[in-house]
Amino acid sequence: MEQAEVRQKVLDIIEDVALDEDLSNLDDSVALRDQLDLDSMDFLDIVMELKKRHKIEVPQEDYPQLATMDSCVTYLTPKFNQ
Amino acid sequence: MPIPNIPVERSFDPQDTQYDAIVIGAGMSGMAAAIRLGMFDKKVLLLEKHIISGGLNSYYSRSKIPFDVGLHALTNFAQKKERRRPLTKLLKQLRIPYEEFKLTEQFKSQIHFPEVKLGFTNDIDYFIQEIENHFPHEKDNFLKLLEDIKGFNEVALDNPYQSAKEKLAQFIRDPLLQEMILCPLLIYGSAWEMDMDYSQFVIMFKSIYLEGFGRPEGGVRTIIQALINKMKEANVEVCYRNGVSEIIVDNNQVKGVITSRGQTITAPLILSSAGLPETLGLIPTETKTSTSPTPKTGKMSFTEAIYITKKKPQLYGNDQTIVFYNNSEKYNYRCPDQFIDPQSAVLCFPNNFKYQNNHQGPFADDFDQGVLRITMMANYDKWNEAKSIGREFYLSEKEKVNQKSLELLSRHLPHFDPSEITFKDIFTPTTVERYTGHFGGCVYGSPDKTRDGSTAYKGLVICGTDQGFLGIIGSMLSGISMANLYGLMGQQ
Ligand SMILES: Cc1cc2nc3c(=O)[nH]c(=O)nc-3n(C[C@H](O)[C@H](O)[C@H](O)COP(=O)(O)OP(=O)(O)OC[C@H]3O[C@@H](n4cnc5c(N)ncnc54)[C@H](O)[C@@H]3O)c2cc1C
Repeated sequence: MEQAEVRQKVLDIIEDVALDEDLSNLDDSVALRDQLDLDSMDFLDIVMELKKRHKIEVPQEDYPQLATMDSCVTYLTPKFNQ
Repeated sequence: MPIPNIPVERSFDPQDTQYDAIVIGAGMSGMAAAIRLGMFDKKVLLLEKHIISGGLNSYYSRSKIPFDVGLHALTNFAQKKERRRPLTKLLKQLRIPYEEFKLTEQFKSQIHFPEVKLGFTNDIDYFIQEIENHFPHEKDNFLKLLEDIKGFNEVALDNPYQSAKEKLAQFIRDPLLQEMILCPLLIYGSAWEMDMDYSQFVIMFKSIYLEGFGRPEGGVRTIIQALINKMKEANVEVCYRNGVSEIIVDNNQVKGVITSRGQTITAPLILSSAGLPETLGLIPTETKTSTSPTPKTGKMSFTEAIYITKKKPQLYGNDQTIVFYNNSEKYNYRCPDQFIDPQSAVLCFPNNFKYQNNHQGPFADDFDQGVLRITMMANYDKWNEAKSIGREFYLSEKEKVNQKSLELLSRHLPHFDPSEITFKDIFTPTTVERYTGHFGGCVYGSPDKTRDGSTAYKGLVICGTDQGFLGIIGSMLSGISMANLYGLMGQQ
């Protein structure tokens, strides 16, 4: 799976988790937390959705890898391709 | 506008005998917890002993008029997309669109003491102004208190108990203002008499003075229906009229439950919203391993008189949403010696919200008529005793509540005409106990809270009131947090 596709999958999840947020101006290199109203509860949801939709497990110690969209894509692409 | 009815559910017996999690109680916290677990494919069974959902904030009809049990106002009002608000968090976690709760804001409310009346709205600046008007020397102190409150992490699960009164006195000098600030916060959420835990104080302060009051159009049914829809979507299995009569514990580990309809259901995780002493009471003594003392039963219970009147409260001369009335300089928040304490009360006028949707006319709101609700502190033991003495005696005591409530209404509604009451209903602490199973008819749970939800038994978790978050919004957040912590993050 290409990185662009992985990005879209993550975006789909964030769209559902952060129901009322506008995602069109997302800066991929800036922490998601600083751009969107996301707290630890919401990051839990992103992790849970990755598992539910794509059977991808993110262990708790790897949560920091999900900080920005760029880091999400870098971290998740190999997992999507496993 | 007719209030939509919630269809009665008729499933009583669970379809299976083995689940990932059992949730006890279909109140606000239990439903929210069940949704979270179900959303992520846990196999969840929700057992409720009553015939409908809602718990302490349920609904009923008399003479075809729809009533809400609790709902005066929803605390923690937030505008759509307002960040970091409990309401916003909760809607996000349950994936419920903001519009679905159909929230309308209050007009204004009042803390009504003999010498001073302080008004507040959903805008804290209004309250600051009121304080400046009546207590000019306290304004700066109040601003400092606000700073402390804003910086305090009230939801940390390990905050130690600290007296709110002592803490408040470090900022506010005037004892009258201390009492007035505390009054709404105590009666809208303290399990402790005369004082409360500072964390709880901060939770209540933010939810009432900083965020404020709203009301779902259609009343509590609107929220319950949204939760029921979500439970369906999340494949939560709900059984009504099937309570838990025993929690099976083996070697300190929870194994499952026996239901009141006699089935044994197993699950490694049980989230209970029945209350801490109530839940521990479901474990048979012989399997109890914990030697810690039984948590205390909360003492705070209430009577409530609800009147339907031909005219709306504004026409009787009152446009307040909620009046926190107290007849002396000191606010005695405690279980009274007598049946009720008529020296203080909460008067709630649900017509007085800024209704927007689907209503026409000058006083357009949910109701065709006026609705007046009066809540007073009450002594459960007295009411329980009255019940055992006999129906007639119980009814005569209820009549006294009626008389006191009418007196109060006449005082607060200058043009009130009691002959225009078309219907009245009064409930007492024994009513609360009967419908929610809370020992002593207590509304704010036990003063012994388990802030992290844990019990001495592995897999047995408390959510809702006795985990420490209460009110409609608080208890839902509690259910969500406990489901996240113990069901999804796989702790314990
Ligand atoms: C008169 C009144 C007015 C109120 N006004 C407001 C208000 O204006 N605003 C506000 O925010 N909050 C208000 N509240 C408080 C609010 O209703 C509660 O804090 C909240 O609903 C608590 O929810 P909960 O899930 O913790 O507990 P509960 O609602 O008590 O839920 C517990 C559920 O468990 C069920 N149960 C108990 N034992 C068993 C068992 N053994 N097996 C199966 N099921 C069981 C009960 O039937 C109940 O449905 C009011 C409460 C009352 C009584």
